[in-house]
Amino acid sequence: MLLIPCPWCEAERPELEFRYGGEAHVARAADPASVDDAQWAQFLFFRTNPRGLHAERWRHVAGCGRFFNCLRDTVSDRIVATYKAGEPRPDAGALATGGAS
Amino acid sequence: MTARFRTASGGRVDRARPIRFTFDGKSYEGLAGDTLASALIANGVHFVNRSYKYHRPRGFLSAGAEEPNALVGVAEGPGRFAPNLRATQTPLIEGLAVTSQNRWPSLAFDVGAVNDLMSPFYGAGFYYKTFMGPNLFGKNWAWKTIYEPIVRRAAGLGQPPTNADPDAYAQYYDHCDVLVIGAGPSGLAAARAAAAGGAEVILCDEQAEMGGSLLAETRATIDGAPAAEWLARTLADLAALPNVRLMPRTQAFGYYAQNFVGLAETVSQDERARNADAPRERLWQLRAREVVIAAGAIERALVFPDNDRPGVMLAEAARVYLNRYGAKVGERVVLVTAHDSAYRAALDLKGAGVEVAMIADLRAKADGALPQAARAAGLRVLAGATIHAAAGKRRVAGARLSAPGFAEQTVACDALLMCGGWTPSVHLHSQSRGKVVWEEARGLFLPGDSVQRERSAGACRGVFGLAQAMADGARAGADAASRAGRPSPTMEAPAVADAPEAFGGALGDQSPPAARKAKAFVDYQNDVCAKDIRLAVQEGMRSIEHVKRYTTTGMATDQGKIANMNALAIAADKLGRSVPEVGLTTFRQPYTPVTFGLFAGASRGDLFDPVRKTPIHDWAASQGAAFEDVGLWKRAWYFPQGREDMHAAVRRECRQTRASVGMFDASTLGKIEVVGPDAARFLERLYTNPWAKLEVGRCRYGLMLNEQGFIMDDGVIARIAADRFHVTTTTGGAPRVLNHMEDYLQTEFPDLKVWLTSTTEQWAVIAVQGPKSRELIAPFVEGIDLSREATPHMSVREGRVCGAPARLMRVSFTGELGFEINVPPDVARSVWETLWAAGAALGVVAYGTEAMHVMRAEKGYIIVGQDTDGTVTPDDAGMGWAIGKAKADFVGKRSLARADLSAPGRKQFVGLLTENPRVVPMEGAQIVARADYAVGEHAIGHVTSAYDSPALDRSIALAVVENGRARMGETVFIAAVVAGQRRDSRHGLRSRVPRQEGRAPRWLALSLRRRAAARSRGARCPPGRASRSQSRRRRRASSCAATRRSPRRPAPPSASPFPAHPARRPRARGAPRSGSDRTNGY
Repeated sequence: MLLIPCPWCEAERPELEFRYGGEAHVARAADPASVDDAQWAQFLFFRTNPRGLHAERWRHVAGCGRFFNCLRDTVSDRIVATYKAGEPRPDAGALATGGAS
Repeated sequence: MTARFRTASGGRVDRARPIRFTFDGKSYEGLAGDTLASALIANGVHFVNRSYKYHRPRGFLSAGAEEPNALVGVAEGPGRFAPNLRATQTPLIEGLAVTSQNRWPSLAFDVGAVNDLMSPFYGAGFYYKTFMGPNLFGKNWAWKTIYEPIVRRAAGLGQPPTNADPDAYAQYYDHCDVLVIGAGPSGLAAARAAAAGGAEVILCDEQAEMGGSLLAETRATIDGAPAAEWLARTLADLAALPNVRLMPRTQAFGYYAQNFVGLAETVSQDERARNADAPRERLWQLRAREVVIAAGAIERALVFPDNDRPGVMLAEAARVYLNRYGAKVGERVVLVTAHDSAYRAALDLKGAGVEVAMIADLRAKADGALPQAARAAGLRVLAGATIHAAAGKRRVAGARLSAPGFAEQTVACDALLMCGGWTPSVHLHSQSRGKVVWEEARGLFLPGDSVQRERSAGACRGVFGLAQAMADGARAGADAASRAGRPSPTMEAPAVADAPEAFGGALGDQSPPAARKAKAFVDYQNDVCAKDIRLAVQEGMRSIEHVKRYTTTGMATDQGKIANMNALAIAADKLGRSVPEVGLTTFRQPYTPVTFGLFAGASRGDLFDPVRKTPIHDWAASQGAAFEDVGLWKRAWYFPQGREDMHAAVRRECRQTRASVGMFDASTLGKIEVVGPDAARFLERLYTNPWAKLEVGRCRYGLMLNEQGFIMDDGVIARIAADRFHVTTTTGGAPRVLNHMEDYLQTEFPDLKVWLTSTTEQWAVIAVQGPKSRELIAPFVEGIDLSREATPHMSVREGRVCGAPARLMRVSFTGELGFEINVPPDVARSVWETLWAAGAALGVVAYGTEAMHVMRAEKGYIIVGQDTDGTVTPDDAGMGWAIGKAKADFVGKRSLARADLSAPGRKQFVGLLTENPRVVPMEGAQIVARADYAVGEHAIGHVTSAYDSPALDRSIALAVVENGRARMGETVFIAAVVAGQRRDSRHGLRSRVPRQEGRAPRWLALSLRRRAAARSRGARCPPGRASRSQSRRRRRASSCAATRRSPRRPAPPSASPFPAHPARRPRARGAPRSGSDRTNGY
């Protein structure tokens, strides 16, 4: 079970309190009508599914209820950073050198 | 009476405390401190089991968790039976009744042993090659009807217990600075070092006694004291420290992300004797800042013909039985080894008076410290030896050996001890996602770099010598403490003497070339021989993962702890590649099997799932209601009177509601209060319908799509104030809808000023439906004008009902005049009972979810999750009217413009009339275009709902059918209509898609009078209901078969005898819509 730092609560809480929300930074077009079918299909169905660092959405559903984003390594499950929804994705290179083990 | 193979003294057993137990009905005596295995060995019993596939006699191979053979069924008194326990790990307790497995009728005489003779037919891949045909009656006919039933009966290990588990299991969360896994020499050294600076340390070990190899160590001294003395002192010292917790009988079975380790603790007999409420096992979900893995190493077997005879054992196991339990494995032993450590066993056995006939060393030279000591002690050492086979059947009788200058001959013995070297236990390191690396020189996989905050110490990382392992443990413990942020004062590593290091090791098949077709076992538990692995390679398996799956090597409950390295080496040898090239199979949790009870914990019986009950639940129960599960809710299903069955009760409830008035508990409806200056704008974006112009005090049916454009949920939404909406959702959809709303509000539309609150449990809902509903409630309503003009259909009013503050909605899910009274839950039951009492004079009836379903289907309303399945668009459902045409955007709108969502051939929602009005099609039944359809033919749709309609006095169904609206009036056919009919029945039931006018493609089938009444009142608005569970559907299907489905034959294709279904008149402009004003939730 992961320990996830909630950027709103500023506390590390067990995964049981959270719900996964899929890939982050997949923005819905402000005017979907102006988006062509191919772009819209890209938005709906296509995800990066990387091996390595992945920016993903979580919701602290049994806590503050807020959505936030998380940079997690999909190989090691290491959580590199969490940040509030709407904030830019942190620079992975700067963070990855930290090392948790 | 002392057992025959018990030593006169020594060992850690308590000779003053004899313990009686039975094995296959025969009574034996052991001692306190024995395991089941040591007690049987002390009694001279080795043949304890038969093998899984060939039913060959088997005995104890090891003395620990790696045991593949000695799996037994253990009964600890009434109701407490566990199959497949490893006898080597089962503590002996008074009265234990043990049974052997895989034999019938008895261990000595076993019918299944014929498999051993038949074994030429059971090679690797036997199942894949054999059970293929003949397919006389279709594909897989022979497998399904002949082979599978037989194979299933023969398969499996042991017998599962048949009664409920009487024991309790507890679950805990915990944390510590340093977790040390394994209390052998290196683990103890690590715990001492880690604790010295005050770190919180947990030391766990799977065995009842801590000490690991020190428990069988009689030669070495540590810090000047015998090993046993040092061990006792060290354990006492650790136990006295406030920052150290010792957890014996506790297996670290799994290493998960972020240093989360699963510990399975077996509660001691002493504790259970003291405390009757103590659980049988405890699950510890432990988070450790740092972990030291000191898991030790496992002795490898040697692969040679008939190496599975009872009495053929690992050498160190024999030493453990002798030194720790005072049990001699035989009277005359032969050792076959490729490693120095077996010489220790030989010396100890000789010291205990066991005759050591021969030490056959497979290595060309045996001149390390230990072999020299053995020679000096007068033991006969045969270097460069070859082991040809083990002799004997139910007990080993000799070892067939040869060597340069030693002609092939059988050396008699009653125990044949082998040692192929030691395999480090890298399981937990590997589970922590650390890689393992191959060390060619010693032929070992060792832990590589750590991914998590863990380090290995001692034998599990290839540091085998006692002194070296303890020094390694001390170093690892200090490192862990300091990385956990605790001081770690330097400690002297214990001074070890008289423990010479042992070297050596061999991998792969040791059989002489002439014997390569004999049964030389690699995986004992799954009966995989060396030749099977070679055959797998020969047949094209290249990776060890393929070899594993083809031969099942390493797939038994022991997960190949002893077998895997030999299997790998044999495959690599056959492939002509190196071991690391062939690869290593994945180490998965758990390390050794863990009980289901441990994971279930308290979650069983009444505590398996939370149960949600409405405030009116107890009233319904007192009325004899039958309940159904909808999500976690218990909902009143129907209210049988006297000896009524469900069918009769539902018929009565429907008729009485339509004739006078019915009351329904709709409290489970999901409710969300949407509040804020942008509330209407928010709903505009989340629902397809327009909300901006909805007047305060009015309600509207809302349809929610997901971003893909498919119907996700629906419900009536009432505007309480300009900035406040009372939103209802389906019963099962409430949390999903709230999450969906929060998601969009927080991440896509954060500019909107809206606050969302779940109010599902803040409002109980009493639905009062039927022509006399106004008459029933009017006397109890204060502050609301109930007249048709003042409170029109689809309106909401706030006032008081029976004195309680209420939100009163005039809505209907039945097609009748109806009201839904929302009141606070604490007064709901009294409001209900007041109305109920007053209703007696009007002929009120309480109806349940089944009648609600029937009545909404009579009206043609969808239920999201039943009539929709996540691939239905509003247009598919015939609900294009629910889309606000002028809206620029809402969730799902853009997707509706995608070509495939408006392509021809989509399944559309229609009503069906069966040709035989007494037959109710099964929900989920497939619809085909012609009566003589072929098996496997394309289905053009399926039935989503089907009932016997009291209002029409005939069966009705809702379905999705390709191009359904264009097929009005056509006849379609239903495969497998009637419950109980054969699955592949070719009989079809003819159904018609009734011709209809109007927007909704439904047969809309109330009686003429009723329809007129409904129309004159305008459309109604019903609460929806949640998707029901599959089990519920099955339940209903079978009960229907019992109650209303007499005809088993398909309806004859006769001229339509059905009641005419009146065509609906086109709806007048401006009149309330008659589509689903509300679906879901009820």
